Amino acid sequence: MIDNKLIELIGVTKRYGGNTVIDDLNLYIRENEFLTLLGPSGCGKTTTLRIIGGFETPDEGKVLFDGADITKLPPNERQLNTVFQKYALFTHMTIADNIAFGLKIKKKSKQYIQDKIKYALKLVNLDGYENRMPDSLSGGQQQRIAIARAIVNEPKVLLLDEPLGALDLKLRQDMQYELIRLKNELGITFVYVTHDQEEALTMSDTIMVMNQGYIQQIGTPEDIYNEPENAFVADFIGESNIISSTMVRDCLVNILGVNFPCVDKGFGENKPVDVVIRPEDIDLVAPEQGQITGRVTSLIFKGVHYEMEVMANGYEWLVHSTDMSPVGSEVGIHVDPFDIQIMHKPESEDEAVSAKEL
Amino acid sequence: MKRKNTILLSTPYGLWMLGFTIIPLLMVVYYGFTTKAGELTLDNIRLIATEENIQALWISIRLSLLSTALCLVIAYPLAMILRNMKFKSNSFMVTIFIMPMWMNSLLRIIAWQNILERKGVLNTFLEWLHIPAINVINTPTAIVLGMVYDFLPFMILPLYNTLAKIDENVISAAHDLGANNFHTFTKIIFPLSLPGVISGVTMVFVPSLTTFVISDILGGSKVLLIGNVIEQQFQKLNNWHSGSGLSLVLMVFVLLSMALVGKYDKGEGSASVW
Repeated sequence: MIDNKLIELIGVTKRYGGNTVIDDLNLYIRENEFLTLLGPSGCGKTTTLRIIGGFETPDEGKVLFDGADITKLPPNERQLNTVFQKYALFTHMTIADNIAFGLKIKKKSKQYIQDKIKYALKLVNLDGYENRMPDSLSGGQQQRIAIARAIVNEPKVLLLDEPLGALDLKLRQDMQYELIRLKNELGITFVYVTHDQEEALTMSDTIMVMNQGYIQQIGTPEDIYNEPENAFVADFIGESNIISSTMVRDCLVNILGVNFPCVDKGFGENKPVDVVIRPEDIDLVAPEQGQITGRVTSLIFKGVHYEMEVMANGYEWLVHSTDMSPVGSEVGIHVDPFDIQIMHKPESEDEAVSAKEL
Repeated sequence: MKRKNTILLSTPYGLWMLGFTIIPLLMVVYYGFTTKAGELTLDNIRLIATEENIQALWISIRLSLLSTALCLVIAYPLAMILRNMKFKSNSFMVTIFIMPMWMNSLLRIIAWQNILERKGVLNTFLEWLHIPAINVINTPTAIVLGMVYDFLPFMILPLYNTLAKIDENVISAAHDLGANNFHTFTKIIFPLSLPGVISGVTMVFVPSLTTFVISDILGGSKVLLIGNVIEQQFQKLNNWHSGSGLSLVLMVFVLLSMALVGKYDKGEGSASVW
């Protein structure tokens, strides 16, 4: 069941003026999947969502829904609903009328609509709000109503365009769990757009990382975090040390003049590569036990951990650790083989530039 | 201290209101309910009941309603078009439509008189095309034309302002929930633009109802509006008492019409004038 392709984008290209926002994008979304489109602003993620929703028509390419071509179908004839960034509630209607809007258009019976309103308000934990006006609700409550208004129509897919963007941090975290619960209870597909990598990692089954109109990587949150395919993904998802290195042979990489054992194969011999090492994967040990030695140049307390910068072999290593090493102290750096992620060097100049910009 | 400042700052406005609104209004009320000898009377109010005055009031109401309706019908699609123009020059476009307001109103009405006259611009043009001349000047049509032309910007501005404030996502949301263009307009866009409709209607209907300049110049003495009747009481008959009495009656009609329009606002903030 989960392998059914519900939505498919084939060769989709979108331009505004002379500006290509999405270039030859190919993507499929499976039934019951929680897919997140993740990327910096202007990467084309919202445009992709709007093309799926029917608010934009691609200049080239096709959109398939359940195998049928819906590229030219207007939004009101698509079996999916959208939750907009700033709620977009109808301020001249009560909460009940807002939720009932889609159902009234479809000419459902009064009783059916009543039941649906009750059910939807219960689902988003706002029972009893039927007769309130949208303006009298907090941002978080308005967003729940926007979700309720969408899901009463029983869409096969719910599109969410940065729905938590306007909420404060604590509320945002609560709503993340709420959305996961909702998705599991409804058993429908969620397509979620965000620039917040933590949100994406927490909620998604699949993450699609985008930059400058191109897909950078598609994979599970674990894949994306642990095995980024290029420097852009590594840098965008969490903090990381990205070091230009040389692959000596299978399972051995030369980083800053020192050979490190690793687990990656198939990159060839003496080939230039990029190495990603997450700051929390670096162990600071006694100088004589380290693979490289260096000196601590800065120390910041972050709550859960300390953030340190260590100057070693001409590179400033970012290290996260619960143990503190004072500034100026000499330390050894140790990295376990499976914590070293090898990536191909970017092929074109453009990719290299776009990765460096971040 | 703060309170003292507030009072100090509001004093000029208080004086303004007292001198130019409250005292003149009280004077109108005083004149309206007294005779020249200063005795209390209702005769000035009863003056409205004469046949020609009732007729003048009735014509005024009809022509004002017609002008307001025409303004709404013309301005709404225009305001929608201005709203939907994505490029930055829409404020420039709005300026073009309200630019006639920068010229003296009397001048514009006299210009219309020149156009519509028996041997005016319009008929000269028609003659040149070998089409028989038409007789528009000094008819209710000419007055309605003048009212619509003169007051149209007052309809466009509030409509454009409320329509421009509607979030594009709200309209997208309506489409998303299955509404076609017609339903999106009737259930979302129009209800959300009601405050603009209300202030536009008020700002066209009230001056139309009370005007005497437009009817004077474009209607000749053939069509008498209630505004002209009141003007005659003051200017020609020099009777401030009867003129004030009729003004009070007209004021009641203005207040009634505003209350009627306001009823449809459902109390979502007062009928916001712009």
